[in-house]
Amino acid sequence: MRVFFIIIFLLAGSIASLTAQKMEQIGVPELEKVLASPDNVLHVVNFWATWCPPCVTELPYFEKLSKEYQGMDVKFILISLDFPSQIESRLIPFLNTNKITADVRVMTDLDYNSWIEKVDAGWQGNIPVTLFFNNAGKIKYFHPSEVTEQELKYLINKYK
Amino acid sequence: MKKHMFISLGALMMAGLLNAQSQYKAGDIASDFKLKNVKGEMVSLSDIKDADGFIVSFWCNTCPVVKKYDQRLQELHAKYAPKGYPVIAINPNDPAASPGDSFEKMKETAAKLNYKFEYLFDETQEVARKYGATNTPHIYILSWKDSKLIVEYVGAIDNNTDDAAAADKKYAEDALNSILKGEQVSLSGTRAIGCAIKWKKTE
Repeated sequence: MRVFFIIIFLLAGSIASLTAQKMEQIGVPELEKVLASPDNVLHVVNFWATWCPPCVTELPYFEKLSKEYQGMDVKFILISLDFPSQIESRLIPFLNTNKITADVRVMTDLDYNSWIEKVDAGWQGNIPVTLFFNNAGKIKYFHPSEVTEQELKYLINKYK
Repeated sequence: MKKHMFISLGALMMAGLLNAQSQYKAGDIASDFKLKNVKGEMVSLSDIKDADGFIVSFWCNTCPVVKKYDQRLQELHAKYAPKGYPVIAINPNDPAASPGDSFEKMKETAAKLNYKFEYLFDETQEVARKYGATNTPHIYILSWKDSKLIVEYVGAIDNNTDDAAAADKKYAEDALNSILKGEQVSLSGTRAIGCAIKWKKTE
């Protein structure tokens, strides 16, 4: 019985660490690398946080469409702006509870003024926002507010 | 039919984008306003005596970033109001979209947190639109010059939302210290992650 509990405990631990590994923490250099991606696909980069209600509302649309557009030259990256002190306590549990399997990375550089403008000159730091781009195809569109599922689909189809 | 739907969707999104207006920047002349404070009195900047300027802060009851900065805004007021620059906090959020930002909840917040500064309700959102505020928190430092309100700084309070002690660039304080010394503000605009202002739905 005791062995059983130990096994369960170890299993739970390894699942937790797997999830934790999936949560990539990024800084400005990694963000710049994403933005400069030469891949000839449409990148859909959403900036969000668990503490932002409109972000949480639209997140399932990104999750759903990331599955729908799998293998169709559309790459979704969900960049979380959750506070570093809340990654373990809030962000990871949120992703697990909501079964988010899309590519989530957390931006841990809090010197916002040093990087917001790199995303888009028009962005004032409000979230949610979504950047659509394909550097190879010279496509860039910055959406400065939340989207409905219908709008998101429309924008992907428009720029794909 | 499909095409038709796309066109109307496009129009719908354009309407949303109209919210993104131009923003006051350093050197611009800011408008005064008349807004209701939590005591129910109407307040204009020109009515406030002994002020050389203001730390106008777009603010609210609900945004977690605002909450992180709550203590810091109170400290700014405590430090700079005696030097002629009081904090004037303004909540522009539409309570229909964010019920926690109603006028009643503002009164509760001000009482609970013992706000010593004016906390005003921008019910029509006209002030936020005119200033070009996009987020809470969003700070505008203004100075009276020749009976005009001149914008001196727009942006964040400092560069670490999560941890006040770890902030090594104190934008608002640096700007205020320069102003008080009669010097040019060296960094007059910054950007920071914040909660999007909850605009009224235009239909």
